[in-house]
Amino acid sequence: MTSRAKLGLGGCAAALALLIVALAIPQSPSLSESPEPLHSNLRGPVPLNEEGPAHRMTPEVNTADREIRNYPEQPPLVPHRVDGYQLDRNVNKCLSCHARSRTGESQAPMLSITHFMDRDGQFLATVSPRRYFCTQCHVPQHAVKAPVGNTFVDVDTVLRNATGKAPE
Amino acid sequence: MMNSGTRFSPAAIKGRIARARVRLAAFPWRERALEYWNVLTTPSTAYSLGFLIIAGFLAGILFWGGFNTALEATNTEKFCTSCHEMRDNVFAELKSTIHYSNRSGVRATCPDCHVPHNWTDKIARKMQASKEVWGKIFGTIDTREKFLDKRLELAAHEWLRLKSNDSLECRNCHSAQSMDVARQSPRAASAHERYLFTGQKTCIDCHKGIAHKLPDMASVPGWQ
Repeated sequence: MTSRAKLGLGGCAAALALLIVALAIPQSPSLSESPEPLHSNLRGPVPLNEEGPAHRMTPEVNTADREIRNYPEQPPLVPHRVDGYQLDRNVNKCLSCHARSRTGESQAPMLSITHFMDRDGQFLATVSPRRYFCTQCHVPQHAVKAPVGNTFVDVDTVLRNATGKAPE
Repeated sequence: MMNSGTRFSPAAIKGRIARARVRLAAFPWRERALEYWNVLTTPSTAYSLGFLIIAGFLAGILFWGGFNTALEATNTEKFCTSCHEMRDNVFAELKSTIHYSNRSGVRATCPDCHVPHNWTDKIARKMQASKEVWGKIFGTIDTREKFLDKRLELAAHEWLRLKSNDSLECRNCHSAQSMDVARQSPRAASAHERYLFTGQKTCIDCHKGIAHKLPDMASVPGWQ
């Protein structure tokens, strides 16, 4: 009881001290005028606190050619358009081509067998519910220049640099 | 032979008619109906044949024009979406699809896909639609839940119709002859070349749910 009362008293004192200090400091002219607007390269010339015009829609990659994965565990990218594809509790439009039984007709790659595994590592007869919503991991791409550069190199390059020879 | 001869002799028939008239006399409206029938079956004595022909012709034009106008009035999107069942469910879903909103502004309205354009087929479909009037009166799908419960059945009717007429309503706009596969994505081009142009499949086989949301498809072949 006593310690809490002390804490409360201490808090009050600290707040009072802060108030006094704040009042004592004369306001700087730069703060009273409108501050310099903040910009970000990602957002373009429009200040961060304002909403600029929407970007134009960019063309989607729709070649259906498989993309190289950047690392072995990467979920493959979707190399085609999927807008308007219904993917909910009722329907999975992706599976109407990529399901095991549909690949003969569609010639699409079958979804990986790991998608049949439940969280205990048991293989089910069909797609596991936890792997049902494809676009959680697999995403289509837009043909745009990345707004932020990066220096990612894949593991083959890392190995080559480390050993001085090509892997495999 | 003898029996039927006497039964259907003119005297016997006259007697039966006379007795029928006596019975009918007890019911004045039947008497009146019989009089109208007599007027219809007796040659006209007041109007000339020419008048009757011209009047009949004009009445025919009025009737036919009125009938077609009424038919066309029920064949508009405005009419379809005047019921909340259509406006709040299927029409709302259509709005986000390419058949409502797209770069060139050409769009399909409800009857473009759901009512055959050919006259006899259209009349047949309109007669079927009397069942839909029944549904409207008795509120078969007057809530979202009722609609969702019935959606698979309703969709199956449309799939069956399009399957059996080789997707005629799709092909009223999308002709295989005018389809330039060189301008399609590789995926679309290969599917159309393998299945559409060879006649193995028709539009609705692959393009279910293109303008509206799909119900639970677990029971539909080819879907998961």
